[in-house]
Amino acid sequence: MRDKFIFSPWLSLAPAMTIVLILLGASLFYAIAESLGIISVIGQNEITLSAFRDTLNFHSEFWISLGFSLWISIASTLISSAVALLLAVWLSEHRGNTDTLALNWNLAFPHLVWSVALLLFLSQSGLLARWAAMIGLISAPVDFPVLVRDRFGIGIILSYLGKEIPFLTLIILAVLRSQSVEYDVVAENLGASKWQRLRYVTIPQVLPALLAGALLVFGFIFSSYEVPALLGIGYPRALPVLALRSFLDADLRARSEGMVISLIITFIVMVVAVISLRLGERKE
Amino acid sequence: MKYLTTSSLRLILYLILIAPFLLFVAYAFSTRWFFPHPFPIEWTVFTFQRVLDDTRTISSMAQGLWIALLVSVLSLILGFPAARVLGLRRFRGRHLVWMLFFLPTIIPPLAIGMGLNILFLQIGLAGTIPGVVLAHIIPTLPYTIFTLSSAFARFDENYEFQALALGASPIQTFFKVTLRLMAPSLVVAILFAFLISWSQYLLTLLIGGGQIITLPILLFSAASGGNPSTIATLSLLFIAPPVLVIVATARSLNRHGNEIREQY
Repeated sequence: MRDKFIFSPWLSLAPAMTIVLILLGASLFYAIAESLGIISVIGQNEITLSAFRDTLNFHSEFWISLGFSLWISIASTLISSAVALLLAVWLSEHRGNTDTLALNWNLAFPHLVWSVALLLFLSQSGLLARWAAMIGLISAPVDFPVLVRDRFGIGIILSYLGKEIPFLTLIILAVLRSQSVEYDVVAENLGASKWQRLRYVTIPQVLPALLAGALLVFGFIFSSYEVPALLGIGYPRALPVLALRSFLDADLRARSEGMVISLIITFIVMVVAVISLRLGERKE
Repeated sequence: MKYLTTSSLRLILYLILIAPFLLFVAYAFSTRWFFPHPFPIEWTVFTFQRVLDDTRTISSMAQGLWIALLVSVLSLILGFPAARVLGLRRFRGRHLVWMLFFLPTIIPPLAIGMGLNILFLQIGLAGTIPGVVLAHIIPTLPYTIFTLSSAFARFDENYEFQALALGASPIQTFFKVTLRLMAPSLVVAILFAFLISWSQYLLTLLIGGGQIITLPILLFSAASGGNPSTIATLSLLFIAPPVLVIVATARSLNRHGNEIREQY
C-alpha cells in the first residue's frame, strides 16, 4: 500500500499534465518559431528578427494599438474598481437576500452577449437614441452621439464596466462578509465618521483582494479580442485585434508580426498575473 | 424614507442587471420596430420562429452542444484523478503541478489559439470537431481540476477505507462512496466546463477555421451587421443554457463564481 502511493500521484496526474504540456508547449513553440520567421508551410526555415523589427518600428501601428489597449484596460479597470468598492460597501450596509444572485446573474452573460446588448442599446438607431428622440432631444439617428464603434473606445469601456463591476463587487462583498469582527461598528462606536470608516477601516480590509481582482481584470481586458473587435473601429485598433487580423492576413510576413504582438501581449499579461497572484498570497 | 431610498436604489441596480435580457426579448419578439419608435409596436413570435427555422441556427446549436458535452466529459475524466491527488496528497513537485495547471488560465486564448492553429493545420485537426474539443479543454481542464481538488481537500478518505473493510469491491466503493460524496462538486465542475466551452468564441474561430460554426460564431457575424431582431434572438438562444445553470446552482456559486468568471 505504501509503495503504491509513491508512484500513484504522478500516475493520476499524467493524463491531465500530458494534455496541458503538449498543447501549451506546442502552441508556445509554434508561436515563437513563427515570430522568428520560420514558416514551414512555405519552406521558410531561416531565423530572422525582421518581424520584431517591423513590429517595434517607431512608425508601426503597434504603438498606437498599445496605447489604445492600455487606455481601454486602465480606464475600465479603474472605473470598475471604484464603482465596485462603493457598491459593495453600500450593499453590505443594506443587506438584501437576493443581491448575490442578482450579481451572479451577470455571470450568465458572456462578454460577447453584453457587447451585443450595448450595440442594440447605444447605436445611433438604438433604443437610447429612440428614447432621446421621444423626449425631443434629437430628431434623426445622426444627431445621436457615437457611443459604440467610436474613436475613443467608449463603447468598449462601457461593455467591460457592465461585466467587471458585478465581478469585483462580488469579490469585495465576499471579503466584507467574511470578517468575523465588525471593525466598522467598533470604529463607529469610537466616534469615526462615515468617510473615516471607509478610508481607515473598510478600504484597508478589502484592498488586497480588490487589487488582485483588478489586476486580473486588467489582464483579461488587455488580452481579449471579442469586445474590441465588435465595438471598436478600424483605427485605432486594440492590440489583440491587430494581432489576430495580422495573423489571419494573406500576406505571410504579416502573420509573423501578428505572432510577435501576441507574444508581447502574453508577456505583459503574465507579468500582471504574477503580481496579482503574489498579492493574493500575501492576503492569506 | 430611508427604507424607500434603499429599495429604490436596489431596484435600479437590479434593473441595470436585467436590462440586457429585457432588451433582447423586446427585439426578438417584435417586428418592424424602427427609429423613432421608443417601444415595440407589434409583438410577434414570427422573428423568433424564422431564426429557429434557419438550418444554420439549429446546426450551430447542435454542434456547440455536442462539442461542449465532449469537452466537459473529457475534462472530468482527465481532471478527476489529478484533482484527487492534488487535493489529498502532499508530494514533492506538487507546487510545480499547480503552476502548470494555472498557466492556461493566465495565457490569453489569443496566443494559445494562434499557436495551436499552426500545429493543428499540420496534423489535420484544424477545422474538425476533435481539434476544437482539444482546444476547448485547455481552459476547461484547469477549472475542473481546481473545483474538484478543493472539494477533495475536504474529502475524508476513511469512508472509502470503511467500505473496503466492510467487503465492498474497489469499483463498488468508487461508485457508491466516492462519487456519491463528490456529487455536488462534480455537478458544478461539469456544468461550468460545459458553459466555458459553449461560450468559447476565439478558440473555436482559430481552430474551427470557418468549418465549425457554433452559436457564438454565428452571433458574432450577425452582430457585425445583421438585423437587430436576428441578433437578439441568437443572443437569447446563446444565454439560455448559462441562465438556466446560474439559476439552478445559485447557492454553490457563492463558492465557485469568482473562479469561473474570467473564463468568459
